[in-house]
Formats: sequence, C-alpha cells, structure tokens
Amino acid sequence: MLIAARDVTKTYPTADGPLTVLGGVSLTLDRGETLALTGESGSGKSTLLHLLAALDTADAGEIEVAGAALSGLSDAGRAALRREKIGLIFQQFNLIPSLDAGANLAFQARLAGRHDPDWCATLAGRLGLTDVLSRYPEQLSGGQQQRVAIGRALAARPQVLMADEPTGNLDEASSDRVAALMLELVAETGAGLLLVTHSERLAARAGRRLHLSGGRLAGAGTHARGAAE
Amino acid sequence: MTRTALAALLSHWRRRPGQLATLLMGLALATALWSAVQAINAEARASYDRAAGELGLSGLDALVRPGEPLAVVDFVALRRAGWLVSPVLEGRVAVGAGPPVSVLGVDFLSAPPGALPAGLAGLGEGEEPALLFTAPGVAFAAPALAERLRQAAPAGWPEIRADAAVPPGQVLTDIGAAERMLARPGEIDRLLILPDQPRARPPLAEVAPGLVREAGREQGEIARLTSSFHLNLTAFGLLSFAVGLFIVHGAIGLAVEQRRGTVRTLRALGLPTARLVALLLAEVVVLALVAGAAGVALGYVIAAALLPDVAATLRGLYGASVPGVLSFDPGWAAAGLAMALAGALVAAGQGLWRVARLPVLEAARPRAWATVSGRALRRQAGAGAVLLVAGIAAPLVAGGLGAGFALLAGLLLGAALTLPLALSAALALGAARARRPLTQWFWADTRQQLPGLSLALMALMLALAANIGVSTMVGSFRLTFTGWLDQRLAADLYARAGSGAEAEAIRGFAEARGAGLLPTAEVEARLDGAPGTIRGITDHPLYARSWPLLSSAPEVWTRVARGEAALVNEQLARRAGLAPGDPVGLGPGWALPIAGIYSDYGNPRGEAMVALPALQARFPQAVARDFGLVAPAGTGADALRAALVAETPLTEGAVIDQAHVKQISLAVFERTFAVTGALNVLTLAVAGVAMLTALLTLATMRLPQLAPVWALGLTRARLGRLDMARSSLLAALTFAAALPLGLAVAWALLAVVNVEAFGWRLPMHLFPRDWAVLLALSVAAALLAALVPARRLARTPPAAFLKVFADER
Amino acid sequence: MRPRRPAPPPPASFCSKYASRRSVLAHGLAFCTVPGAAPLAAQGFAGLGTEASGYAAPDRSPLVFPRDHGAHPAFRIEWWYLTANLTDAAGRDLGLQWTLFRSALRPPDPGAAEASWQVPQIWLAHAAVTTPERHLAAERFARGGVGQAGVRPAPFAAWLDEWRLAAPGADLPPRAPTPGTPLADGSGRAATASSAPPGATSTGAADDPGTTGTSGGDALDRLTVAASAEDFAYDVALTAEGPLVLQGEAGYSVKSPEGQASRYYSQPFYRAEGVLRLPEGDIAVTGRAWLDREWSSQPLADTQDGWDWISLHLDTGEKLMGFRLRDRARAPFTSATHIAPDGTPTPYSDGALTLTPLRTARVAGRDVPVRWRAELPAQGIDVTLSAVNPQAWMGLAFAYWEGPVRIEGSHAGRGYLEMTGYAVE
Repeated sequence: MLIAARDVTKTYPTADGPLTVLGGVSLTLDRGETLALTGESGSGKSTLLHLLAALDTADAGEIEVAGAALSGLSDAGRAALRREKIGLIFQQFNLIPSLDAGANLAFQARLAGRHDPDWCATLAGRLGLTDVLSRYPEQLSGGQQQRVAIGRALAARPQVLMADEPTGNLDEASSDRVAALMLELVAETGAGLLLVTHSERLAARAGRRLHLSGGRLAGAGTHARGAAE
Repeated sequence: MTRTALAALLSHWRRRPGQLATLLMGLALATALWSAVQAINAEARASYDRAAGELGLSGLDALVRPGEPLAVVDFVALRRAGWLVSPVLEGRVAVGAGPPVSVLGVDFLSAPPGALPAGLAGLGEGEEPALLFTAPGVAFAAPALAERLRQAAPAGWPEIRADAAVPPGQVLTDIGAAERMLARPGEIDRLLILPDQPRARPPLAEVAPGLVREAGREQGEIARLTSSFHLNLTAFGLLSFAVGLFIVHGAIGLAVEQRRGTVRTLRALGLPTARLVALLLAEVVVLALVAGAAGVALGYVIAAALLPDVAATLRGLYGASVPGVLSFDPGWAAAGLAMALAGALVAAGQGLWRVARLPVLEAARPRAWATVSGRALRRQAGAGAVLLVAGIAAPLVAGGLGAGFALLAGLLLGAALTLPLALSAALALGAARARRPLTQWFWADTRQQLPGLSLALMALMLALAANIGVSTMVGSFRLTFTGWLDQRLAADLYARAGSGAEAEAIRGFAEARGAGLLPTAEVEARLDGAPGTIRGITDHPLYARSWPLLSSAPEVWTRVARGEAALVNEQLARRAGLAPGDPVGLGPGWALPIAGIYSDYGNPRGEAMVALPALQARFPQAVARDFGLVAPAGTGADALRAALVAETPLTEGAVIDQAHVKQISLAVFERTFAVTGALNVLTLAVAGVAMLTALLTLATMRLPQLAPVWALGLTRARLGRLDMARSSLLAALTFAAALPLGLAVAWALLAVVNVEAFGWRLPMHLFPRDWAVLLALSVAAALLAALVPARRLARTPPAAFLKVFADER
Repeated sequence: MRPRRPAPPPPASFCSKYASRRSVLAHGLAFCTVPGAAPLAAQGFAGLGTEASGYAAPDRSPLVFPRDHGAHPAFRIEWWYLTANLTDAAGRDLGLQWTLFRSALRPPDPGAAEASWQVPQIWLAHAAVTTPERHLAAERFARGGVGQAGVRPAPFAAWLDEWRLAAPGADLPPRAPTPGTPLADGSGRAATASSAPPGATSTGAADDPGTTGTSGGDALDRLTVAASAEDFAYDVALTAEGPLVLQGEAGYSVKSPEGQASRYYSQPFYRAEGVLRLPEGDIAVTGRAWLDREWSSQPLADTQDGWDWISLHLDTGEKLMGFRLRDRARAPFTSATHIAPDGTPTPYSDGALTLTPLRTARVAGRDVPVRWRAELPAQGIDVTLSAVNPQAWMGLAFAYWEGPVRIEGSHAGRGYLEMTGYAVE
C-alpha cells in the first residue's frame, strides 16, 4: 500500500467562518496503480493532493505514504519524504527558471542524493527532450516544460507520483502526448500514480478513478474500475 | 542536497548578472563611504592620542621672555639649576619661489619624544649620530615639501629627509641647524618645561628672573574641539551608508521576489525550510563579505584621497596636526566588513523573513515586485510623520550636538518615508486632470510603477536634500566669511616683531610715515573657566569703523579703550551664555563687563579683547608683537610694505599684506569644506546608481503592463520615450520634494548644528542657481538611468510582447 | 683600556631592538661609539680602530695635572667615574655612583665655531644609589657646545645640568660660552691632551709619573658630588686620603693582546661623607669612594663582547682594581693593579688575576653573576665578592649591572662590581 488515507478532514478559516474543504475522505493507492481524482473546481481535489503529498497537514484523519504516517512527521521529515519518496508534477510546471532543462530534469534526483545520469539520459530520450536540455525554461514550449517536469518527478525513482492538473496548461494534442508518456513511464517504473484533474479525457486513462464533490468522495468506498479498461 | 539547492539558488545570479552587480556595487559603495569616513576619523583620533600621549610641543608649559627671544645662557642656567627644559626656535624663511617654509628647531637630544620626527626612531643602524648634531645636520619635512626643498634649498641647509608625520609646510630640525636657517644664532623662542622634573629645584624667579611661564595647551583640547567635526563626518558616512542600504535592500528584495517560484519549488521537492533559510542566509553573508571587501578596499582609496584635505581642514580650523598619510589598520577593515555584513543582513532581513514564512502552497501567481498597497503607503507615511515630529522636537527638548543630528536624521528619514505617498498623491492629481487617454494611462502607469521605484526615489531624495542642505550651509558660510574677512582685516599690512627692538622699529616707522598703527598682544588664559586667548588692543578709530560686532552695549569702544570693559567672541558668548553687560572671567581675580560680542569665524576657541594697557597690568608678558598698519593717504600698501622691510630689521616673511591674509584664510576655508563637498558628490553618485538599478529592475517586469498598450497601437520606441519621460517626471517631483527638505536641513545645520559644533551661527543665504543645476543634474541622471531600459524596451521583439498574452493566466 | 664604560655585547640588532629615539641616541652617541661596540663599529664606525679616523691615539706621554683632569676632545671617549661604598648609622651597606661620559661624534674641527649647538661632542651622565632593598638609577644627556655639560680642570668641576662633581664652593665656568672664546670644558680646540704642551698650572713633575700621584694639593683632593632625579638625590663630600694612582704603565693601560689601550688613572682613596635622599627619607652616610679617569679612541677587539670589572677597598688599606674581558674566541683577557696603602701601584698583566663566577641571579631577564671569586696569588689575595643588592641593574638607555659588593676570604672589605654584555635570554 503506497497511500492509505482514512477520514481525512481539512478546514480553512474564512471571513464567514470555517470552510470545510475535505470532510472525511478515505482512499488507498497500491504499487503500480494509477488513480485519477476528478471533481469540479473547489471540490477539494487539489487540497487532498497537497495533504497526500505532505505539502500541507490534515486537521483530522490518518494519512500513510510509502509506509510513513504523515501526522508523526516534522517539517523536515515531510520534506525528506517528498524528496525521496514522492514525485510531484504541477500544473504550472514550476521549473527553476535559472537552471537549464537538463539541470531541472536531474534536480530532484540530485536533491535526494541519488542522481543517475544514465537514467536521466534515458528519461530525456523517452520524453523527447534530448535536443533541448541546454535550454532554459523560458525558451521551452509549455509541452516541453511539462515533459521536463515529468522527467524531474521521475528522475529520483519515487515510489509514488502525484500530478496536479499536469496537462491543464497544454493544448489538447500536447496534452495527450504528455499524458501518454507519463502513464507509460509510470508503468515502467512500477510507481503508483495519483492524478488530480478535471479533464475527463485524462481521467479516463487512469486505472481507477474517484470523484470528489463538496469535499467528499462520491460513492465513497466504491472501487470502481476505470472505464478505460 | 545542500550543494544542489545552493547551486539552484545561486544560478539565479548567473542568469541575472546585472542584478548581482547592483547588489554588490550598492553594498560596496555603502561600505566604501562609511569605511572611508571611519578611516579618516580613526587616523585623526590616533594622531590626537599620539599628541596627547607624547606631550608634543603644544602640550607642555613653556618659559618665554616677554617681547624678546631667550638666549642659550638662559637654557644653560636653568639646566644647571636642575630645571629640565628644552629649547625651541621657530620662524619662517623664504625658499625659492614657493610659499615661505616654517622652520621648527628643537634640541634633538633633550626634546620630548612627541616633538621629534618619527623618522628619528629609525636611525638605529648605519646612521651616524654626528649627522644629526653637527653641521649641516638633518631636517625632516612632509614628502612634498622635502622634494621641493631638495631642489631649492639654500646652500648650507641640512640634508632634507621626507617624513610624512611632519605637518605640511614645516621643516623640523635640530636647533643647531635651525638657528643657521633662520639666521638667529644663539636665540631661543621658548624653553619647554619637560615632564618628570627632579625632586628639588630652586624657584624659577631665582634662576631666571624675567622669564614667564606660559601654560601649554590643555591635553585633549584638540580632541574636544574636533569632536564635532568628526561627528559631522560620521553623520555623512552614515547617510551614505543608508543610501547604499536602500540599494541593497532593493536588490535583495528583488532577488527574493524573483526567486519565490524557485523557493516554492525547492520546498515542494523536499528541501526543508530551515535548510533553505540557512542557504539564503549563507548567500547573503558571502555576498556581503565579497562586497564588503571590495568596499573596504575602495574605502581605503577614498580615505587616502580625502585625508590630505581633512588634515588641512583640521590644521586650518583647529590647529590639530594630522599626518596626510593613511595607515592601514586591520581592525578598521574588520569593522568595515562587519558593517557591510550587518547592513546586508538588515537589508535582507525582510526578504528572508518572507521566505521563512512563505507557505509552500501559495499559488504561483506572479506578483509585482514589492507591490505596496495604499494602506501600506499610508502606514509608512505615518511612520515618517512621527519621525519628522520627533526630529523637530529633539532640539526643543534636548540640547547639544546630538539633538542637532537627531533633528537632521528625523527630517531626512521622516521625509523619505512620506515621499512615496506624496508622489502617489501628486500622480493621482495629475491623472485626475489628464484628459487624453494616453495621458491618463501615462499617469496611472507611472503611479503603478511607484512602489518599485520608491526605494530608489527615497535614496535620491536623501542625497538631493543632503546636497542642497550642505551646499546652502557652505555657501552661506562662504558669503558670511568673506564679508567678515573684509571687515576684520581692515589694516593694510600685518607685521610680526621677533623682538622688542623690531617692535620699536615698527613703531618708529609708523610714526615717521604717518601710518596708523594697531598693536596687539596675545596671552593664553582661562576665559570663564575654559582655555582661551585674551587679545590686547590699542584704541584706534578703525576698530569702531570695521570690527564685526554682532551685538554691543552703548559706547562700546570707548569703554574698552578705557579698560572698563571687554569684548568676547561669539563662541565664548554662546558657550558661556554671555550677553553684553554680563561679566566675563579673564583669569584669576579678573573679570570685566562685556561691552560687545564679535563674530570670529574659523576660530574654535574662546577669545576676549581688552585694552592693551589693562592686559599688560595683569599679564606682564603681554608685549605687543603683532602690528596692523594702515597706509597713510596717498601711499599704497605695496609701497608701505617695501618701505617697512627696507627700513626696519623685519624680514619679508614677517610682513604680510591684507590681500595675502585674505587669500590664505579663504584657501583654508575652501579646503575645510573640500571633504564635505567630495562626500556630497559621492553620495549623489550612489543615489544615481540606486535610480539606475531600480529602473533596470523594473524594466524586466514591465512587459505585462506594456504589452496591452503596445497591442493597442503604440510603437515600442514611443513606449521607450514615455518611459524616459516618466523617469524625468519622477526625478523632478522628487527634487521638488527634496528642495524644501534640503532648505530645512540647511537651516538645521546653520542654526543648530553649527552653533553646537563650532559656536557660531550664520545667516542663511539661498542659491537658486545651484538648485537649478541640481535639478538639471537629477533629471539628467534619471534620463540616463532610464535610457538603457528604454532602449532595451524599444528593441524588445514583438514575440516577447506576444508571449505575455500567451502566458496570461 | 679598562672597560669601565659598558659596551654592548651586542648582536647586530642591538640598536634596533630599542626603537625609542632616546635609546637610539644613547647608543649612537654614547655606546655605539664606545670601544667594544664592534658590531656597531662595523656598521657606522668602520675603521675607527685605525688612527686614520682623525682621533688622537693614546700614547705613553706623561700625564700632566690638573690639565689631564679636564676633557680630551681629540679622543673619542672619556669618563669621570665615581663609585662609593657607604654605610648609614644602622650599618647598612649602601652604594653610590656618579658618572660623566663624553663622546665625540667627530674629531674636533679646527675651523669650526667653539661654542655652538653643533660642536660634535655629546655628554651623558649616570647616577645611581643602591641599598640592600632597592636600586635607583637616572641618566641625563647634553650637547657639548653650549655649556650644559663640561669639565674644568682647576678648580675642578665636572657637570651635566645640576649634577656635579666639583671642588667645594667652586663656581662653574660662565653659563654659556661666549662665541669666539675657547670653552673651559675643552670641547673646543683650545687644548688637547696629546698635542698641547703641559700647562703652566700642572702639578708635580710631568716627566716623573711616579711622583705625580704623591704630590699633595691635587685639584681632585677635595670634591663634592651631587645629583638628583625624580625619586632620589644625593650630596656627598669627598676627601682624598692618598695620592692619584696611575694605572698600567704610568697611566697607559693595555686592554687586549693586540695592544688596544687607554689612558687611565684613579683616585681610590676618598673618604666620603654626606646624605642620600631616598623616597623613604634622608640618610646620613659615610664610607669610601673611588674615582676613575679614562680616555681613549680605540675599540676593543672584535671578539670581546663584555666585561666584568672590580674596584676593591680592602680592610688592610690595600686597593685592588681588576677586570676580565670576555672573549668569544679565546680565554678572557684579565688585568689588575694592586695599590698599596701608600698608593704605590703594582700592575699585573693578562693571567695574573683570575675572576670566577660562583652564582648568578636573574636580573632583567638575564642571568648575571652576582657572586664571584677573585684570586691574585701574587698578592696572596683570594676573596669572594657578593653583591649587596643582586638587582643593581642600570635599566637606562644602555643597560648594565653596577653595584656595591661585600668582600670575604683572605681579605675583608667592600668594593664595586660592574658587568656588561650579559644578553637577554
């Protein structure tokens, strides 16, 4: 079990009183599994991803990622978990603008202290980035940037990959290409993938999907297999 | 992990070398000016300490014979009686075409160590003592003079050695050589009474009747007198440092802003916050050390360049002797580095704090750099207003120089903090009056840029205000001083008699020629408890006609001539709180009512004037040696001078005409403020750099704002021109704000700081032409600063503008 | 010559070690020019050992008094050196020193003005008082040409400032020399010992040195000595109870196997009586004093770097002068003069006297011998000398050890010990 979340609750204070974004969400993700998390804007899916990625802490409930209970971790512990066990892909790509594509791709692996040049080269090849590795992010197209981000997330061989609207900033064609590549590589590395998206197209590619609505999983407890199968 | 993260953070600078250069330059400049001032102050203080510690010539009591030189027999008689005294022979002598050289002869064997050239300590090896003590002898002079004398010294002069510790214009040598150089064999001017006398000695009156003991200058007096000058310099140094810190703060803040995304990504990818902050801190430290080292080096260069002027100032104004050569002190360098580090940390503090608290999840939405909300602007202006009020209140509730500087600091900082709000209001006013859409956009866009430029504009205003304030002060002083010189130097010639015979010769000459004669004598005394000078004068209508009195009682000159009253200078009156009618203590058991107060610029010490006979009744040693001569009608000063030199034993050097004295006084004056002027220019230069860097920084962030305007049909060149116009407008507005501030600063300097520091108050004059020049300069600087980004904008490829729309989120 | 003036044993850095001007002057003037200052001589005064430098060389001509009590400016170095062993009412052993040195910067120039600051003569005086508990010392400097210091043969007066060794009641010469007249202290060209004919006022038979010292009525017979400093002063009357004594061969004293020599005579027979003014109060004293007169122009040998010198008043009425010149290259050179109670001198050349250090004390960072064995078998003398105050250090511009000693062994008595050239460890 890569991810096990039980009764996760998150509330934000607002001017009109506390706003419950997540109200008791439970889910699991197995090794090699791809899980798409869909929902409307404001349904809480990004919040859930942030909690699972140890970027934020839940108010109640238990989350276990790669065998570690998040509630027991310090800030540094959560950082270590992100560094070593999780690969993150953002909608905004979030590349480091002052580093070239190659350095960005290898970045997390270096940060985690397990840089493997061969693996990075392989990733770059598979992602079609070999010719643009010395370019800086601002010189890359959106699709290229997101492929660099995917490479970065995979370079450290994480146990679980979490992607937040990875194709949200891409046109349809590049979106498809990027999604295909991502799923292909995840399958090859045997990592688990948690995919947050509002795109049906993309969600349909996942092995399993959950729908979040108003902070709760629709049909909680059902483990419906994806339509793609 | 650390290395990878650090490499990522530092890669920012590689991509933006200009920003790095800005940061380093700002910090280096700030450190340089600060360190330079510190080095100068330290050098001066060290030389005061040296002088105080070694009891140089001026610190020792001395024996003199009123009106006559002493002879070697006097020295020998005192020595044989057990009085440890050391002879001094002084005089001026003409050498070649240059100004006359003052020769100071001491007995190298018995003189107090503080009076000896430092070079003498190095005589150990290979030097024959015979060189020092026998003809032709050895003399020491500052390097420049030594060089001149080597070319032009008369035959029979001692061998000249360069010694940077000897005050410029002076030759220090053994008395045996000095009496030949001055053609005064066997004569002695003063016998210094050395410290550490033997147990029992016969009384002075028994050994050497007719000699008078003159008190030495009090130890520490120089340090006391000059402390205000050094405080002045320090204040300037701090101002420069503050201006520099504005740049650093801007550059570091920008760097932090621009790296928000990177920072967030690093956090998301698993870099712990503590490590991240530590890395950024280390980065600041390294940058500060690099910039600090450069700044210290630059500061040394600046200090070395300014020191001769400072030394001249201190000598001219206070008679303090400071070598014109800078020594290097590692402690000073370390302090400079520490200052750079502290400054950088202060400047970076806000940015680091923000990073530490930056939520990792905050949406990566781009923020305009240092966007300041209206509320923040008002809050800042409120703080500024508090500072203004506190500054103005300082001299009202507390006295002293500290309060004066508190006033200046309150004015400058308070005004700087209120500047953004004032500019914003002015721009809003402009926008409200604008009718055409482009004009409206121009005003609005300018206002939108204000937050990004406000730091630079604040720095500019500080520099401008300081410049206006200081130059108004110096200009006012110069005007007052020249007018005062004209009044005070009313006689045509000034002659100094070396002996009673010479004095008689001058009297005889004046009588025979029908020239007016104004003899004066001076004695050192305690005036109202503090050391000062009493000047004895003889009655002459010229005094009533020209002497610059600030306030007086009725019949002032008559009463003074009768010995019934005294005049005191402004310094003494202010220090002791005296007004006409009050009694002033002139020594033990002697006090006279004050008949008037005269201005006495350039003299840091208290002084009183009384009738010569009254002075001589109290101080028998007060023999008139200085004479002012007024040429009779029909005789020119030059002719009178020639006749005086021809018909009396006086040498050329002993007679100076009025024009020459004025020229010397004004030269001293100019040098006095040369340092202030130099620091002024440097501060302005730093502000210019601040402006440039701020504009350069903004330019890179302005594309999103300019792209829509461009899309709506404005050419890039036009946009560039508009940007330049915008910079000029902001500079002009800033100048408009700086002008009243500068005048307030000038007033504070003239009416508060100068009074506290020097003891005189000067009327304020205005110099509108200087302002015009300064306005032109600041607009030109702004244009120049805007030129680079404007040209870059004009050349920005349309694709870049398009990208703005593509990236629009 | 007798190394009465402490010459530095100095390493080459000796002068530079004392960075202060005063010591530089002192070294330069009084010590770096002194015979024995070989390393310095090598730097600034090379060749001074030869007669070509323009100074007069000591010869064997008869000494003429009182003329030779005065200064000999044609010679490079000269001194009037008085030490006294005193006791107070409580019987405490005390010591007193009064020394006037003259050092020529250059040989006198016959064409130069006689009275001026620039006469190339420098004077230096040392004064010290030693008690068993403390040792107080002071120094003074003076230029030669103005009258601040000088020596007049008769009536005798030697002075620097108010420090004075002079016939009682004698006025000093005019307070400053009048330009154009020769100086009484002889620092002008008026008289030099080697060239001027015997003065008309000379006492005794100039051609019979043996009788010189025995003639009565010498200018040095009755003197007073006075000096004062910040923390001490003294005023002591001296009465000679015996004749002048010529050292070496009729006043020609050899100082090394190579033959370096000086002119040297003494008055060792003073009875002393006076008062020491010390911080604890005035102390009335009596005792014995010894005056040495010496002048020369030649340095010591290169390898001689210090000396130990003694002047002993033995209870038998005999006197003993002896010294040991320490030599880096060979055995010390020793010399001695035994003086019978009637003043008859018996000189002894190298090797007759043996001086052996017995114990050292730590003084001013140096190990200095403060207990000695002195053997002169030819006179049956074998005594032990112990310093009254081991810390009798003259910490002046040039530093050395000089203080009173007690004598035990074959003879009893008191005396003075001087040691120079002991380096800081």
